[in-house]
Amino acid sequence: MGSEELAQDRAAAALEIGGRTFGSRLIVGTGGFRSLEVMERALEATGTEMVTVALRRVDPLSQGSVLDVVDRLGLRCLPNTAGCYTARDAIQTAKLAREAFETDWIKLEVIGDDRTLLPDAVELVDAAETLAADGFTVLPYTNDDPILAARLEAAGCAAVMPLGSPIGSGAGIRNPYNVRIIVENAGVPVILDAGIGTASDATLAMELGCSGVLLASSVSRAKDPVAMASAMRKAVEAGHAARAAGRIPRRLHAEASTPDEGLPEL
Amino acid sequence: MRVALNGEPVELPDEASLADAVAAAGADPKRRGVAAALDGEVVPKADWAGRALREGQDVEVVRAVQGG
Repeated sequence: MGSEELAQDRAAAALEIGGRTFGSRLIVGTGGFRSLEVMERALEATGTEMVTVALRRVDPLSQGSVLDVVDRLGLRCLPNTAGCYTARDAIQTAKLAREAFETDWIKLEVIGDDRTLLPDAVELVDAAETLAADGFTVLPYTNDDPILAARLEAAGCAAVMPLGSPIGSGAGIRNPYNVRIIVENAGVPVILDAGIGTASDATLAMELGCSGVLLASSVSRAKDPVAMASAMRKAVEAGHAARAAGRIPRRLHAEASTPDEGLPEL
Repeated sequence: MRVALNGEPVELPDEASLADAVAAAGADPKRRGVAAALDGEVVPKADWAGRALREGQDVEVVRAVQGG
């Protein structure tokens, strides 16, 4: 393989967001693990290069820090605005995160209620516009709505992250058609965020043309998080490779793969 | 002087700075992953020691936790 081909190959394998390149197309949330020790082994098994972290009030009694693990594994932090219901709260949280983690990257979450945890589209676009204008690299968690995704891209977001289904539901990708349309329209990477239950969901996301997958609960709450982490890594790689390889069209009827010609008359 | 530190009333010396409030909250100001806001304004770490507190102010001190 020539060096040019090799470079192309590497470019095809890498995920580019906001001017940065990632070898892994999996972004992993750090929430829901039974212990930091299990989290560390699981994160390693996913092969991820970027993990989400949250901010909460200081608890002097808490032992150990998620950042110790993140630093030990050499991972990039993607702070989130989890738990914010208004653009104002999300913007303030993003500013706190910028100070705490020395990064202007933010996973923007603005939710509408605590039962569905679905994004509040109006507040989300408002916060995205303000943060992008303030120099943040904004990765918004959004509904599987192609129009909203386009609005977020126009607001200056570095990626759009539609949900497959509600956070933690493990219900997979409920509207693959919309995810396809979002991918078709997007000029920025599309990361499938939320709803992944098992490996096939992550593979489907990649087959639909997503540039990456963000997941947390499907690994952290699995019976064996480390084994599921490894499965997710393979699932994303397989889906990405299959998408690039070009699947055969779906047909109603069979199409023989063995030729009729030369069939002996018995 | 009394301030609200992460929602709880706390007594601090009259000359206390934001850096003192961060320490009183139990955070290690030298560590990455800690941030503070004073009356809703996010204050850069470099300015904590020089920012004097006033009676009745709201101080929020946050740190990194696990989260999706």
